[in-house]
Amino acid sequence: MSIELRNVTHVYAEGSAFRSVALEDISLTIEDGEFLALVGHTGCGKSTLVQHLNGLLKPSSGQVLVDGQDLHGEHVNRRLLRMKVGLVFQYPEYQLFEETVAKDIAFGPKNMGLGADEIDRRVRSAMAQMHLDYQKYAERSPFELSGGQMRRVAIAGILAMEPQTLVLDEPTAGLDPHGRDRILGILRELHEKGTTIVMVSHSMDDVARLATRVAVMSHGKLIATGTPREVFSRQDMMENAGLRIPEAARLCQSLRQRGVPLPDGLFTLEELRTHLSALWREAHPC
Amino acid sequence: MLKNITLGQYYPVDSVIHRLDPRVKILLTMAMIVAVFLVRSLVGYALLLAFVYLVSRLAKVPFRLIIKGIKPLRFILILTFLLNLFLSAQGNILFQWRFITITDQGLRQSIHYSLRLVFLVLGTSLMTLTTSPIQLADGMELLLSPLKVIRFPAHELAMMMSIALRFIPTLLEETDKIMKAQMARGADFESGNLLRRAKAMIPLLVPLFVSAFRRASELAMAMEARCYHGGEGRTRLRVLKLTRPDLWASLAVAGLIALIVLEGIVLPKGWLL
Ligand SMILES: Nc1ncnc2c1ncn2[C@@H]1O[C@H](COP(=O)(O)OP(=O)(O)O)[C@@H](O)[C@H]1O
Ligand SMILES: [Mg+2]
Repeated sequence: MSIELRNVTHVYAEGSAFRSVALEDISLTIEDGEFLALVGHTGCGKSTLVQHLNGLLKPSSGQVLVDGQDLHGEHVNRRLLRMKVGLVFQYPEYQLFEETVAKDIAFGPKNMGLGADEIDRRVRSAMAQMHLDYQKYAERSPFELSGGQMRRVAIAGILAMEPQTLVLDEPTAGLDPHGRDRILGILRELHEKGTTIVMVSHSMDDVARLATRVAVMSHGKLIATGTPREVFSRQDMMENAGLRIPEAARLCQSLRQRGVPLPDGLFTLEELRTHLSALWREAHPC
Repeated sequence: MLKNITLGQYYPVDSVIHRLDPRVKILLTMAMIVAVFLVRSLVGYALLLAFVYLVSRLAKVPFRLIIKGIKPLRFILILTFLLNLFLSAQGNILFQWRFITITDQGLRQSIHYSLRLVFLVLGTSLMTLTTSPIQLADGMELLLSPLKVIRFPAHELAMMMSIALRFIPTLLEETDKIMKAQMARGADFESGNLLRRAKAMIPLLVPLFVSAFRRASELAMAMEARCYHGGEGRTRLRVLKLTRPDLWASLAVAGLIALIVLEGIVLPKGWLL
């Protein structure tokens, strides 16, 4: 399933004193099986963009095409399409409402009109995918869990709908390093199993490690797309967009300025470690 | 979804009217409301309309925005008009058909009542469009503060009002967000019968209440951390002071009322309603 934004412009509060152009002429295609990271400064329109991907917001002008079909065309069942594109909002734990974790995760599948057995299967599988032990958590109230656990329950609620594309708006915001590694690990697993993933993120390090493609936004416009390597090598562009390059890339740069012979375009800590230990071994044969 | 709701319809521009003291604006609006009930003929309503138009120009608020304030009231207006038209039996009969009787007095009354309603709304819109909710609360507190002698909690009331006003947009935003989040999970808020729709509100209301309580407790904590202990001995950041424009505005409204009273005396009874 491909999602294509074609010249999408979105204006909030059109015709009032608070009019604000959040997206301006955005064209972007989300390919099957990719892990797209959406980056940009606060208020550049990332959240607005992701809400177009499942038709929650309607473009002021332009089109959103899902498998070539206009999402806001006349005879389109938007509710059905919405279930194929799972959207995890920022701080999704604030949407939990049921008495038990299992019931909350079942909310989406129930709305899809599935049978009880299928719902149960999906709840179990979604919990397993989110590393939530069914025995331990299924009957607990979601409101007595920790922040990281609540977030995993909320994401499980979307996964239980078995969407083909998973869109996450800042999924690690406000989590401790442990909870954040956990979520990122899970996303990597999901991607490896074939789910298309779109992730909004402020952490260039996470983007460098996970994404297959990066889209950079600034003031409502899409200013660059490409592989992490391509995008992070354009440091000026990143800085103009109010972004930094990954920590590892900056470390690599200053090491090179001091004469350490490192190649261009290293931007994950793992890569840097491999190269540095190779250099070390060369210099200290024993 | 929720973008059509404009609570606290403040129109944020800078103008002479916006800068008037909120206390003065509240009192003058009240005076204008009284004036509406003194009008005896269409001439008086024309005067009021001219006044509203003039103020809107001075306030740099589009006149149509003020007129738009009447729209939510249109059914009440039509109802007021029709009830007065059909249900008053006094006066000379103008029109009669089966059980329907329209008298000249009934017609006069229904026109008066509906126009009064219209001008009540226009007058208050003028105030709320040009005064921010916080200023309104401030003005109310100061106007009510003499009542503190009889233990009326003016400060607490105003504080509650400003906090409530401050959180209305936040809660609306939150509602919009939770609604969308549940719609992303396939929730359907728009179809089905009344019972189904009421049930569909649970996934919206539970998170909303949870977050409202969380916010309330966080705010209370933050206020205590900054040593808030009620109104006693508390000074204000925005000190309200009467200025020259406040005097002019008062004179203008006084002039308007004088003209309206004059119109009631001078014009012969029954002339133009
Ligand atoms: N519901 C809304 N009403 C009006 N303006 C909005 C609304 N949501 C976002 N905006 C504005 O649109 C712009 C983009 O916001 P958003 O998409 O939330 O950015 P990001 O997620 O990149 O931080 C911002 O300037 C913001 O103020
Ligand atoms: Mg955002």
